[in-house]
Amino acid sequence: MPLDPATVRRIAHLARMHIEDDDIPRLQTELNGILGWVEQLGAVNVEGVKPLTGAADMALRMRDDAVTDGDIAEKILANAPERAGDYFVVPKVVE
Amino acid sequence: MSLIDLTLAQARAGLRAKTFSARDLTAAHLEAITALNPTLNAFITVTPEIALAEAEAADRALAAGTAGPLAGIPLAIKDLFCTEGVRTTAASLMLETFVPPYESTVTAKLRDAGAVFVGKTNLDEFAMGSSNLTSAYGAVTNPWRRAGDDTPLVPGGSSGGSAAAVAARLALGATGTDTGGSIRQPASFCGIVGMKPSYGRCSRYGIIAFASSLDQAGPMARTVEDCAILLGAMAGFDPKDSTSADIPVPDFQAACTRGVKGLRIGVPREYAAPGMPDEIAALWHLGRDILRAAGAEIIDISLPHTEYALPTYYIVAPAEASSNLARYDGVRFGRREDGADLIEMYERTRAKGFGDEVKRRILIGTYVLSAGYYDAYYLRAQKVRSLILGDFTTAFARCDAILTPTAPSAAFAQGEKMDDPIKMYLNDIYTVPASLAGLPAMSVPVGQSQEGLPLGLQMIGRPFDEETVFAVAAEIERAAGFSARPAIRAGVSA
Repeated sequence: MPLDPATVRRIAHLARMHIEDDDIPRLQTELNGILGWVEQLGAVNVEGVKPLTGAADMALRMRDDAVTDGDIAEKILANAPERAGDYFVVPKVVE
Repeated sequence: MSLIDLTLAQARAGLRAKTFSARDLTAAHLEAITALNPTLNAFITVTPEIALAEAEAADRALAAGTAGPLAGIPLAIKDLFCTEGVRTTAASLMLETFVPPYESTVTAKLRDAGAVFVGKTNLDEFAMGSSNLTSAYGAVTNPWRRAGDDTPLVPGGSSGGSAAAVAARLALGATGTDTGGSIRQPASFCGIVGMKPSYGRCSRYGIIAFASSLDQAGPMARTVEDCAILLGAMAGFDPKDSTSADIPVPDFQAACTRGVKGLRIGVPREYAAPGMPDEIAALWHLGRDILRAAGAEIIDISLPHTEYALPTYYIVAPAEASSNLARYDGVRFGRREDGADLIEMYERTRAKGFGDEVKRRILIGTYVLSAGYYDAYYLRAQKVRSLILGDFTTAFARCDAILTPTAPSAAFAQGEKMDDPIKMYLNDIYTVPASLAGLPAMSVPVGQSQEGLPLGLQMIGRPFDEETVFAVAAEIERAAGFSARPAIRAGVSA
């Protein structure tokens, strides 16, 4: 089912990506091209097949529930676009 | 022989014999970078002061007898590995000013081994691409030219800067990362050797994530043995990566001299699809002849779901990318664009910070994970991925390694294949299946196209059996005797 302009806009919003109205026809064509191409997976019989979530056949390890790091606020904030003291600053959220 | 034409193994021997100093070796490579990087654009950031200081430290360690296995060896680092105190961009405007406060495990291991980092190499933005044309810092130019033709060619991608740097003698080796072919395809396009190890062999800690179930670091160098030496230093268990494999690191260098006598080499019939160019088919035949002559048995195998690997990859990888790249929101690090409220700030930051290919993949990934479409796209792709792994498991019951071409063509010109994203995706048709299955795979230069460009063959091994892959690769390298060199390389006036 090809994507319509409203769906392209909805996906962009879900992805928190601003798109210009002028870009929608191009994105619609490109995304529909890719989605149309991956449709061929519909031809594969996957009845009873277990999904593979990762390449490695391994179980996730447990580790000790212990603090191993910390006291590095300066390092964590070093790349902040905007900060105040030990806080990241964002546009006002609550009126 | 000039210092920049040495192999990594030769340079290591020369340093230990005190034939030359680490400082001289590094200075020669820095000089080559100064001369050629304006043409090739292989590096986003060059770090001459750090490199010379590290080289001098290596000289002291060599004199004191405390030198590590890579002491004084100049390496180029893909700009996807976080390097403490050195800007790391992922070739994106999003990270134009990002200076990591920590070091990736792989680069930390290389530093511990004594390696010298000359700089950070260019790549496709967030490692998404097969041409290096999606870098926000400009395209990398392949050091090779078609015979009698000056058209600039792409180096492949995404580790195209690393491949170009090694081919042009700007470094003795480099790190790459490979999600669907990003080490092997540029290695083939630039006439060098590139190895993607098994998923879990090298730690992903500190490597900027693209698709976490596929991303894997690996070495790029001019010989199979050099790759084996580098992988030995890069690999190993890391508690900081939950998918790191807790198994011993074997002696990869020793595996290079094993030979292939008695090995069974599988040739998958599905890879011989109609449309394979004659020169690629001929190269593949040559590889089989070489291995047969060296005592291996060539057997016909089937990987029936091969044709579904690329569409599977183009669901799984964008899905994981859309999730991984959600972190770039303008709050904690990276670029920020102002907006009237928080949502608008996110949306404008991401619109400005990401390039077109990254946006395309984020949108596809968001769609295939969205409510109502997850089962039809993402879950189905994961099931097909299971079948693709099953194909390899079945095949490896009958053979020890698999031989295929690396890429469906030689390097193409900048600007070709740009009209349709799917055409670009087809570059990875032979490399993606091993990525989906997490298998070790390697590209070795074997011959040249009619236009004089390098062409590689790929060998794929069982999980964590890099040793057999190195053995097969070394045999093919020896017999093929690939000795052609690129038109643009250090020591030759451009």
